[in-house]
Amino acid sequence: MSPDSSREPVIEFRDVTYELPQTNASTHGRLLRDLNFSVLRGETMVLLGRSGSGKTTALKLINRLREPSHGEVRVEGRSTIEWDPIALRRRIGYVIQEIGLFPHFTIERNVSLVPRLEAWPTDRTRARVKELLNLVGLAPESFLERYPHQLSGGQRQRVGLARALAADPAILLMDEPFGALDPLTRDEVRREFHALQQRLGKTIVIVTHDVSEALILGTRIGLLEAGTLAGVYSPQEFLQSADPRSKAYVDHLPTRSRLEESL
Amino acid sequence: MNLATFFLRHRDEIFRATLEHIWLVGAAMLLAVVIGVPLGILVTRRRWLSNSILGSANVAETIPSLALFGFLLPVPWLGERADRLAILALTLYALLPIIRNTVAGIDGIDPAVRESAKAMGMTDRQILFQVELPLSLSTVLAGVRVATVLTIGIATIAAAVGAGGLGEFIFRGLAMVNDQLILAGAIPAAVLALTADLLLGLLERRLRPVKA
Ligand SMILES: Nc1ncnc2c1ncn2[C@@H]1O[C@H](COP(=O)(O)OP(=O)(O)OP(=O)(O)O)[C@@H](O)[C@H]1O
Ligand SMILES: [Mg+2]
Repeated sequence: MSPDSSREPVIEFRDVTYELPQTNASTHGRLLRDLNFSVLRGETMVLLGRSGSGKTTALKLINRLREPSHGEVRVEGRSTIEWDPIALRRRIGYVIQEIGLFPHFTIERNVSLVPRLEAWPTDRTRARVKELLNLVGLAPESFLERYPHQLSGGQRQRVGLARALAADPAILLMDEPFGALDPLTRDEVRREFHALQQRLGKTIVIVTHDVSEALILGTRIGLLEAGTLAGVYSPQEFLQSADPRSKAYVDHLPTRSRLEESL
Repeated sequence: MNLATFFLRHRDEIFRATLEHIWLVGAAMLLAVVIGVPLGILVTRRRWLSNSILGSANVAETIPSLALFGFLLPVPWLGERADRLAILALTLYALLPIIRNTVAGIDGIDPAVRESAKAMGMTDRQILFQVELPLSLSTVLAGVRVATVLTIGIATIAAAVGAGGLGEFIFRGLAMVNDQLILAGAIPAAVLALTADLLLGLLERRLRPVKA
């Protein structure tokens, strides 16, 4: 493998515009405009942006839950609309913002969904589910047989994370995966995730509006503003950027001294 | 002669009529489920069919039952056998609640659940059979329950075209101005309806999905 082969783009946005289908002229249904960026193999791209800026929409373009109105999104060198959507989605783990666990399945079945679809042998699936629950800090013995409604919001979110990781997909899309966790658990899960990320070298796109999370997890940060990309930065660049749009975020980073000031 | 001795004396007849009644309703319900659930699923997949499918079922529902039996009588294959005709007419009545509840059940599923099923790479078929149908089962069953109670009542009219069932007693009683005869049809029909309602209600509650 040449040194460059690990640096090939796995996900590429080329002049991507997304408009809502069938919107009348009065409502402007253009949610994303002229997005251009790529995510290299093994990289973790953070999409940062305010509520409603189009982060979730951008993620859904990658696994073809949405299709671009103009331009193309390429995954592994092929436009998403050329992919068989099922094959594309099986390669991509997705942590959905609303979590979306199946209420009629146990945690075991929820997590093992994709391995089952892929017809893994039963014992391999079982072992994998246990491994993943441990990874996200849920003791398998006490969670395997429970149903989603018997879990707290943060526990459900961790199950959602385990489900996305289950079949070991090469690409991971994560929409605010740690949003419902308390700061301590979030740090733990995030740390586990960070280690995993380094170990497995997955290509990850993660959505957040939490700047410190973006700085810790991201190898690069893409800043979305009202449907356009304001810039793509390394964490260093982001901290030092003079652009008022990124500075606004950095200035909001809570430091202890700033917190004490406001008391 | 009091009612109890009347029932006792005619128990064989009443029993036979009740079985006939169950056969008419059971066959009609089976047909209505087999036709109605797929039609309901179709509506959720092809929205533009919604008006024509639900509209037609709605029209069928509004035709007075005696008139519907009458209309179907001259239809070639149907008119040949009274029970065949009755079952088809009852099926038409049972369709609306079943179609409507199938649509409502599937539409009522949390969109995030459907979206994550899609994102996991489930095919349309897998989403239908593993997610949508299990999660809407109790709503569909509620429709079946309404339809069953409805058809048990309407099936008494089937006797007018000679299809038998508990309606026979009622029509005979009306003709002979005999209350006991009327009750010999009406009471078992009411008991049937209540029993069906109770049993299907229990089943529905057992199948109700837990809310996430
Ligand atoms: N189906 C839809 N119909 C109409 N508007 C939509 C639809 N989907 C998204 N939008 C709008 O598009 C914009 C971008 O939505 P998106 O979900 O991508 O935002 P987001 O950046 O993920 O926000 P958040 O951080 O709150 O999750 C929002 O203004 C939203 O209201
Ligand atoms: Mg979002």
